[in-house]
Amino acid sequence: MEKNINVKLKIWRQRGPKAKGEFKTYEMKDIPTDTSFLETMDILNEELISRGEEPIVFDHDCREGICGMCSLYINGHPHGPATGATTCQMYMRRFADGETITVEPWRSAGFPVIRDLMVDRSAYDKIMQAGGYTSVNTGAPQDANAILIPKDVADEAMDAAACIGCGACVAACKNGSAMLFVSAKVSQLNLLPQGKPEAAKRAKAMLAKMDELGFGNCTNTRACEAECPKCVSISHIARLNRHFIGAKLKD
Amino acid sequence: MTKIDSKIPEGALAEKWSNYKAHQKLVNPANKRRLDIIVVGTGLAGASAAASLGEMGFNVLNFCIQDSPRRAHSIAAQGGINAAKNYQNDGDSVYRLFYDTIKGGDYRAREANVYRLAEVSNAIIDQCVAQGVPFARDYGGTLDNRSFGGAQVSRTFYARGQTGQQLLLGAYSALSRQVHTGSVKLYTRYEMLDLVVIEGRARGIIARNLVTGQIERFAAHAVVIGTGGYGNAYFLSTNAMGSNGSAAIQCYRKGAYFANPCFAQIHPTCIPVHGDKQSKLTLMSESLRNDGRIWVPKKLEDAQALQAGTKKANDIPDEDRDFYLERRYPAFGNLVPRDVASRAAKERCDAGFGVNNTGLAVFLDFKYAIERLGEDVVRARYGNLFDMYEEITDENPYHTPMMIFPAIHYTMGGIWVDYELQTSIPGLFAIGEANFSDHGANRLGASALMQGLADGYFVLPYTIQNYLSDQIQVPRFSTERPEFVEAEKAIKEKIAKLKAIDGKHSVDSIHKKLGHIMWEYVGMGRTKESLQRAIKEIQALKEDFWTNVRIPGDVTDLNIELEKALRLEDFIEVGLLMAYDGLNRNESCGGHFREEYQTPEGEALRDDEHYSYVSCWKYAGESSAPELIKEDLNYQFVKVQTRNYKS
Repeated sequence: MEKNINVKLKIWRQRGPKAKGEFKTYEMKDIPTDTSFLETMDILNEELISRGEEPIVFDHDCREGICGMCSLYINGHPHGPATGATTCQMYMRRFADGETITVEPWRSAGFPVIRDLMVDRSAYDKIMQAGGYTSVNTGAPQDANAILIPKDVADEAMDAAACIGCGACVAACKNGSAMLFVSAKVSQLNLLPQGKPEAAKRAKAMLAKMDELGFGNCTNTRACEAECPKCVSISHIARLNRHFIGAKLKD
Repeated sequence: MTKIDSKIPEGALAEKWSNYKAHQKLVNPANKRRLDIIVVGTGLAGASAAASLGEMGFNVLNFCIQDSPRRAHSIAAQGGINAAKNYQNDGDSVYRLFYDTIKGGDYRAREANVYRLAEVSNAIIDQCVAQGVPFARDYGGTLDNRSFGGAQVSRTFYARGQTGQQLLLGAYSALSRQVHTGSVKLYTRYEMLDLVVIEGRARGIIARNLVTGQIERFAAHAVVIGTGGYGNAYFLSTNAMGSNGSAAIQCYRKGAYFANPCFAQIHPTCIPVHGDKQSKLTLMSESLRNDGRIWVPKKLEDAQALQAGTKKANDIPDEDRDFYLERRYPAFGNLVPRDVASRAAKERCDAGFGVNNTGLAVFLDFKYAIERLGEDVVRARYGNLFDMYEEITDENPYHTPMMIFPAIHYTMGGIWVDYELQTSIPGLFAIGEANFSDHGANRLGASALMQGLADGYFVLPYTIQNYLSDQIQVPRFSTERPEFVEAEKAIKEKIAKLKAIDGKHSVDSIHKKLGHIMWEYVGMGRTKESLQRAIKEIQALKEDFWTNVRIPGDVTDLNIELEKALRLEDFIEVGLLMAYDGLNRNESCGGHFREEYQTPEGEALRDDEHYSYVSCWKYAGESSAPELIKEDLNYQFVKVQTRNYKS
């Protein structure tokens, strides 16, 4: 049932990419437990504005767990303590009365801080541009049902395609690796007949771009899978590795 | 008197688009490279247009306010996309999709546009499959379909409850490929702040780099607006937090007509409002109405007990449940169009039969589907939606019925465009939800994705060439021209003025007030008095905004409060336009329900004799009411009749 709680928000504040950051603690009183975590951040920002202070900057948009914009590292977990949910889908009933909640940005060489909790994830776009597509122009392809795809294959491709590109996998990884993100896109496209002609090229190009942008490598700690808000499986990383090695052997 | 030319091609309905394509002017490949096109927005319409134009060889500049094109709010569309494939052999056809869309829009859309939409719908599915969009499939490997409101066939293609996401990622992939080849240049975290018009033609935009706060100028031969709808004028809606109507309003202030602003869609199945701290409303997909049954108690005392919390939904026996949609609309039942379902819910709640502690909710019950199909099948179909519901409400919808209530979801109105998707400013085009063209007074479920992609992949890339073909001799414009300098200066002055107010109220607190006015007086049921009151209150709120708003921090740097303030200023303008339009339209149709105009059974009462037109509003300056120009709809192919979902 709904009740009100008091919490302390210990939040990372950082003026710019090069500035030195610090934690600041804010007391929040009488927050209804059916308020979402980001709504609690809104309440805090309203208070800061009314005091003439600058609000805390954080990324958010759809607030229903699909756009991948929200990105907070809460109490040591990307997207907070809930499993299979993004930060915006978390409600205050997850926290205890009197609890101190620590909120940080994604911390990774691949995602520099812009301000406070907002980071630059444009590296993900660059990886996609390197090969995250089938090379087909808008036009008149064959009838959609001319390509039969077994249901289990389509379902597995869909599991991989559920990735929202939020960056939690990188934030969770001690190596700052983007392998889960890359493998999800490679898996989706390489599983489907439409993506097969470019399968090898895609795996190589996206991995090369990932390396170039300063993301680390995968050492199978599975932290990414555990923290992924869409529960994307690391079996996709195994598939990516197979396709990559296969491609390299052919070179 | 301004005359409106919608440029509908001659010929029979089914031949208009073919005739157009056969005779339109094209631009040869060598010339395409010399032509620049600005596309604002990276949703389904913007991304598909930018990618397609890039593939064709144009030089494209594509802008979005988010950190990546993939975040655009199209991503949140759940249910599906319509196409007239007739894979289910259930009697579907291009004509039937056209007819359902015209009827669903309550006969307030243009016939020729809607027919073209239905005609290209099949190509969209082919295109998306070729891109690797993982649509749901049957065991035989063919594509699966489901039903949506307002149709008696199964023509909706879907990818679990994430169809918008998958279609957008498909368009984003195509866009990424063009960025890689260099034909598209991406500007993420950039917000358009004004349109630049030179000698009567759209020639560029002024945009703000949201990270550095710098104001920058961009020139092009044509400008395409694909920035979505203006539903956030209501503060609480199913739109994303950043969704806004500003680009459309900037174009309106520069002379583009704004069409049918009062046509806003109120979606029947959203999670009800709780408390006053809420930031947005969450939609539960319309696909749930395939298997869920909507009801409220038959007896007033049961409703009161539910509101007081002394009874639970499962305490009400079947015979005391009023499945009011099945009762009122036997032919379509729970799958009536959205406007009809929303009004029916409001009618029951107004009569005191609403549930939830507020009395502002109805039940959407899966008990019957679970009895019929088993929990596993229901979980496979809707599992992610059920999980989402439980996370938000802390209630398990497998065991207790969901509670839902209508909420603002989509805006059918938008920038006026002709058949070529060109606005009343030459060289300025509008696509997707940002334009007004295809949905009339009410949009059917799974048709927004269809329209966004139709415009972006298959319509604009043709029609824009007809405009650009005589622009090939026009050299690139310098952004040092006085029109750019003036536009930038005006924006900087506006920002300085906003900052100087240094009032006592946050942007959001004023936005909430606007939302309250809109929902109360320009909401699901409107009257002459309520709309007049809305105009007065919004005008007062405008004063309030310009006297009391506070924007902390440096406005020449990253500043999220400034971003919101600039958008709110435009939402105030949108709100006024909606109220003016609603007041002018003395009839009920689709999402626009004027309480004075209803049948004895409470159905919408249209007035075709006097209102069978598109209301086009022309900006007349800061302190004047806008001028109304009418585009006669002049139905030639479909017999206009009262919508009937009963038999």
